[in-house]
Amino acid sequence: MREYQNIFTQVQVSAPDYPGVPIGDAERNRTKGIVHNHLLGKLGDAQLGPIYLGTLGVFSLITGLLAFLIIGMNMLASVNWDPVQFVRQLFWLSLDPPGPEYGLSIPPLNDGGWWLIVGALLTTSIMLWWARTFQISRNLGMSNYLAWAFGAAISLYLVLGFIRPILMGSWNEAVPFGIFPHLDWTAAFSLRYGNLFYNPFHMLSIAFLYGSAVLFAMHGATILATSRYGADREIDQITDRGTAAERGALFWRWCMGFNASMESIHRWAWWFAVLTVLTGAIGILLTGTVVENWYLWGMKHGIVPPYPPLEATPVLDPMMEGSQ
Amino acid sequence: MKIFNMKLFAGASLLSAALLSGCDIPPQETVQRGYRGTGMEAVYSPEVLQELVAANQVPAAIPAVSSEGPKAGDVYQNVQALGHLSVGEFTRLMAAITEWVSPEQGCNYCHVAGEGFEKDTLYTKKVSRVMILMTQNANENWGAHVGGAGVTCYTCHRGNNVPEYVWNIGVPPRHASGMVHQMQNVAHQESNAYASLPFDPFTRYLLEDNAARVAGDTALPTGHESSIESTEYVYSLMMHYSDALGVNCTHCHNSRAFAAWDQSNSERVKAWHGQQMVKEMNNEYINPTNQWLPAYRQGALGDAQKVNCATCHQGAYQPLLGANMLADYPNLSRLAPPAAAPAPADEAPAEDMEMESASLDQGASSGEAH
Repeated sequence: MREYQNIFTQVQVSAPDYPGVPIGDAERNRTKGIVHNHLLGKLGDAQLGPIYLGTLGVFSLITGLLAFLIIGMNMLASVNWDPVQFVRQLFWLSLDPPGPEYGLSIPPLNDGGWWLIVGALLTTSIMLWWARTFQISRNLGMSNYLAWAFGAAISLYLVLGFIRPILMGSWNEAVPFGIFPHLDWTAAFSLRYGNLFYNPFHMLSIAFLYGSAVLFAMHGATILATSRYGADREIDQITDRGTAAERGALFWRWCMGFNASMESIHRWAWWFAVLTVLTGAIGILLTGTVVENWYLWGMKHGIVPPYPPLEATPVLDPMMEGSQ
Repeated sequence: MKIFNMKLFAGASLLSAALLSGCDIPPQETVQRGYRGTGMEAVYSPEVLQELVAANQVPAAIPAVSSEGPKAGDVYQNVQALGHLSVGEFTRLMAAITEWVSPEQGCNYCHVAGEGFEKDTLYTKKVSRVMILMTQNANENWGAHVGGAGVTCYTCHRGNNVPEYVWNIGVPPRHASGMVHQMQNVAHQESNAYASLPFDPFTRYLLEDNAARVAGDTALPTGHESSIESTEYVYSLMMHYSDALGVNCTHCHNSRAFAAWDQSNSERVKAWHGQQMVKEMNNEYINPTNQWLPAYRQGALGDAQKVNCATCHQGAYQPLLGANMLADYPNLSRLAPPAAAPAPADEAPAEDMEMESASLDQGASSGEAH
């Protein structure tokens, strides 16, 4: 088992064409093509396909592709159809939401209308893809952990681009499409609402995000380290605790007193991942609707440390009466 | 296998060297400017600082002359802004302005050779009169921004006919016809240091009368309306401030609460007064000159070239790194006393000018009311 003692994947999962388990009538939803690729085998299974597409998959891909194309064409139009500038400025190019003057009304196509259409198409695509995760899970006789985890992520997406803008009464509150533009939006959003870092749900989201990363590393490392004792059969070892599970458990018990079990570690991971986006969605939903300025809110509730005045004469707002 | 790893190592080193080449060479010097732990600090790279110092040297002052003797307004004709100066002071200032603004063209940049010096034939002469009034007004009424060091013609011109950094009302970059060019994120614009932000923050905040305030001032919503788009506009303006002064956000702000004044340095108050001053300069002084300007001195929309932070600051947190040139040219430090500005006007343009300067005085006083 020396192959496992490496930081990169050492075992090529390479076998004759395997079409997967029979699933009855739904069989027609699967493509036929199978490809084997050695480089893919370095990352995972060397077999590519067949894919389970189905009506949901086909329409999800069509709407998603349309959204992608409309974003691209709008960006291309914004540089006067110049392909060189398109490539050069790609990361800075944007498809912006309608201006604040439109509120929730439907603006002209070239002034935010395309953004609205792209939003509708992309949302349709994502929802169809979500339904597809339920469908495939059912066909394989699986339960719906994957679909609900994806649903948690979708909740954040919907809050950002749909639910919160509607509550605020303006599409302009939503996120633009574009690499730097959506990052600028994040910064502007925090500046407008008085520093998102003082939003407790943002704090929770960060804790769960970082926690997810730590848990992922801990669990991955534990399984790799005990794989020579059969940790690769980790699900067996939930109920039938073998020596790999024992050693993994002992490592963490000796290291920090407490250890997860082969079952619970997966629940930890699932909840951390799901709560990252759920708490994030709650935090965004409250911003501007329930709380106007998180810094001032934090001051009010004693979570912002006061600092001594910076200068002998306190700095006052020059527009405040009597300051100058 | 070994050779491959060597290649990989060499490649990785080259890549990281290439990535790091965009950085300033260490060591940087850091000066704490706020409460500990808030990151309110100025970071200087000695290399960059050297270039900045070299680019901000002040020219040697012309030897001072007596303010006694006959006044320029009595000896020369049509001296409107500087009539209260002695003939010696007046001539000295004219020589200095020539050196600062038109070192190549000399006197003939504003005066037509062979014609009387009093004639307002060239637009440059009329503009320079307004610019002198503007400078005097800045020094007299905007101490809250220009401080003791004040400004002279050289602060902006630095030997150029038109200062290097000016702006015009923005025209969107070329885009497909039929597309409204959206304003919220526009790529590749010098105005905001090439961020993807609204490309013309100046018209909104340095020309029109808008407060650059977007954050709500209460913990809970109380009807404060300010869109994400406006926030991106202010962000864009702040990128310009930062770029023009060669400082980062924490020069003025505590980044935990950008909007809170009690968390900010007093520099932020100076910057606020600067915004009001620049607004007044653009509206009361620069825009009226547009009637005389030739097309090649106008922007694409036919507007005069205007002032922003970079016009004076040019990358330095204080223009010319705080050098007090005004001490050598005190004649620029205040407006002419009202009684001493009679200047009998014998031609039409000069009359216009008189009305202009009368409205300027009003503008100056209203600018102070806050």
